Amino acid sequence: MAVVQAQLHEERPLSFWRRYIFSLDHKVIGIQYLVTSMAMALVGGLLAMLVRFALGWPEASGLTPASYMSAVTMHGTIMTFFVLSTALTGGFGNFLIPLQIGARDMAYPFLNMVSYWLYPVSLVVLLASYFVPGGPASAGWTAYPPLSVQGGTGQALWLISLAILIIAFLFGSLNYITTVLQLRTKGMSLLRMPLTVWGLFITAILSLLSFPMLLAASIMLLFDLLGGTSFFLPFNIVIDGGQVTAAGGDPLLYQHLFWFLGHPEVYILILPAMGMVSDIMANNARRPIFGYKTMVLSMAAIAVLSFLVWGHHMFVSGMHPLLGTAFMATTLVIAIPSAIKTFHWLATLWRGKLRFTPQMLFSIGFVSVFVTGGLTGLVLGSPALDMYVHDTYFVVAHFHFVMASASLFGIFAGLYHWFPKMFGRKMNERLGRIHFWIALPATYATFFPMHFAGIGGMMRRIYSIEFYDYLARFEGLNQFITIAAFIMGAAHMLFLVNFVWSLKYGERAEANPWQATTLEWETPSPPPHGNFGEELPEVHRWAYDYSVPGATTDYIPQTVSPRPVAAPGP
Amino acid sequence: MSSHPTQPQSEKRLGRATALLIWLILALAVASSAYALRHWWSPPLINSEAAGIDRLFSVLWILLAAVFVGVQALLGYFVFRYADRGEGRASYEHENLRLEIAWTALPAVLLVVLTVLGGGLWLRVQGAAPPEAATVQVVAQQFGWTFHYPGPDDRLGPIRPMDVAVGNPIGLDREGPGADDVVAGELHVVVGQPVRLLLTSRDVIHSFYVPELRLKQDAVPGRVTEVWFTPTQPGVYEIACAELCGAGHYLMAARMVVETEAEYQAWLASQNR
Repeated sequence: MAVVQAQLHEERPLSFWRRYIFSLDHKVIGIQYLVTSMAMALVGGLLAMLVRFALGWPEASGLTPASYMSAVTMHGTIMTFFVLSTALTGGFGNFLIPLQIGARDMAYPFLNMVSYWLYPVSLVVLLASYFVPGGPASAGWTAYPPLSVQGGTGQALWLISLAILIIAFLFGSLNYITTVLQLRTKGMSLLRMPLTVWGLFITAILSLLSFPMLLAASIMLLFDLLGGTSFFLPFNIVIDGGQVTAAGGDPLLYQHLFWFLGHPEVYILILPAMGMVSDIMANNARRPIFGYKTMVLSMAAIAVLSFLVWGHHMFVSGMHPLLGTAFMATTLVIAIPSAIKTFHWLATLWRGKLRFTPQMLFSIGFVSVFVTGGLTGLVLGSPALDMYVHDTYFVVAHFHFVMASASLFGIFAGLYHWFPKMFGRKMNERLGRIHFWIALPATYATFFPMHFAGIGGMMRRIYSIEFYDYLARFEGLNQFITIAAFIMGAAHMLFLVNFVWSLKYGERAEANPWQATTLEWETPSPPPHGNFGEELPEVHRWAYDYSVPGATTDYIPQTVSPRPVAAPGP
Repeated sequence: MSSHPTQPQSEKRLGRATALLIWLILALAVASSAYALRHWWSPPLINSEAAGIDRLFSVLWILLAAVFVGVQALLGYFVFRYADRGEGRASYEHENLRLEIAWTALPAVLLVVLTVLGGGLWLRVQGAAPPEAATVQVVAQQFGWTFHYPGPDDRLGPIRPMDVAVGNPIGLDREGPGADDVVAGELHVVVGQPVRLLLTSRDVIHSFYVPELRLKQDAVPGRVTEVWFTPTQPGVYEIACAELCGAGHYLMAARMVVETEAEYQAWLASQNR
């Protein structure tokens, strides 16, 4: 089968269109996902800068309260679904899974192409909402009804766009799961897979099980918005000055459906990053990842638990208090696998021989921001404390550390690391380090003070603090955060410059520039169509044989059979 | 293997610089928290039912600060200490059952303690209000609050959004128990007396938030949610909306006046029924 596939791949030269635009090659599709996500990150980042501008200097920013709300909504939507999700699963998932398990392509290449092309369609629908009367959606990225049902065409486009993107995610997830289960090369047992593949595999399962719930919720909401149904509209409420009487639904039902996806979603954004960071750390510390099996188990535990915690978003929604205690217990349990993973990353650095490549710096930064953001989760997971800080800047600080920044740092680490494999050139290391040395402190300067605003009682999603006397003390703090955010945004522009410059002028990369063990480094950079030569590689060991005592080199690729090496890997 | 890609001297320098950066961020985080404790912390507590919230928050904050400092300092130290110095190999040790059990068990024990403390506190603050509590119905709408007091008969008249009209902002039925009700734009409560709020909304979801009470509860259309508190300090406090409710969300403020029984009765009498 594999041989036939290889022949098919090599027999006829493909036209430009089939090779780069409507490509079936997982590597091209992965890069398409990454580049599109980077373009969307520019949009989402620009919106973030606008939002911060308004919070520092409301009048000067030129935003009205209404356009501020749509900027907040679109920033959250774009960053969560159209940047982080697509870059991690669509981008790295596509590029890395077949290469790292020794397959020639995904199990369903055509489905894969369809999955990618649904993504630009969905984002055109989303961005089209800037050109309709009433502007884009402005009910927050969570789109709680009945507020979202007050929205107009923009909200409808938002829902349609999300539904299309979810279908793309589902196609992708099916593909990743099947590929990992069916197309591993000889010797690649599940417990020899690199943690990157484990992270992407578990994420695909999470996506497949949780996204349908949001698909259902968004279609129901679309019917409430356009079709006059009332799944989420209670009896006798006033919408836009008019009475809605044909109702009897429940707004809390939507919140349950939304967060049943919404919480797994944040793990969809962090698990692939965790996997990639683990592998990059091992490679740059020249040491096996500490506690490989425990790392796999804790990722699986996080995935299972993520389905049981959604209620912690709803402690003050009017849900029964007893339910709150149950969700509290499950939420705090998630801290255990998270703590295990953190200790294992630290233990991987311990007695290593660290190389400070940009990808290593961003992996170290990942651990730092993940810990900082994870710890405040214990405050928010405790309902009595959440009652005070819920919907304040404390929450904004929490998830921008643990989910947004950690995930973004993971993506940066992955891009610096795999750029040579993708394009055959290295990114500029010096510029990469400067990027990190500005980005890390700027990230802290932006998000750490938000804890204080939150503890002081500043609500999130407010256009201005001027209507509350008790918030006047945060004026200077907000301006400081805004300036820090601008610096952070500028630092990330360095990455973009580096990326574009390196495509053309970067130092040429050999097949294995980082002396890494995993299979993708056994192929030329960039790998040809079909990835591997005549024969698929055979795997003889796990992915972490770094610094094996007695071996001639400080790394042993997974394809090296045990015999010539003195000390065997596990 | 071919050429070694790194120059040990420069890795050592890079490790030092990165460690210093991490430690500097850590120092600034601690210093800014100390500053925030004086200038930006939660406003003084005025709800005798919520003292446990502030206590648990303080305990947890100290614990989190300790873990934060410990982990970040260690991260910086490992970066500083284990830079590639050229000679020797990294350690191949990658498993240690005793260590793994220890760092699984320690957080597990801490989290069980936190769950028990936090769960008990939550059930206490969410428990039923005492029978002597005064009742006020709070009706939220885009973008303001209306407070509905039961009057001498201690019974709230029914409200219906369809009856909303000029002079009747919540659609109160003035026949029967609603005849003596008071409808006002401010929340007035008596110092030292428990108050039960019945929250609901006319249109979208809002959230009743008074930082000094450490209290936040969504007002959901089609539902009545209940919270209670006992104010301890006379004064005027701000009520905020904490749930996104539209473009005017940021200006949905109201006042809460905590006063003596006599002042409260005088205010109530001055309101038209």
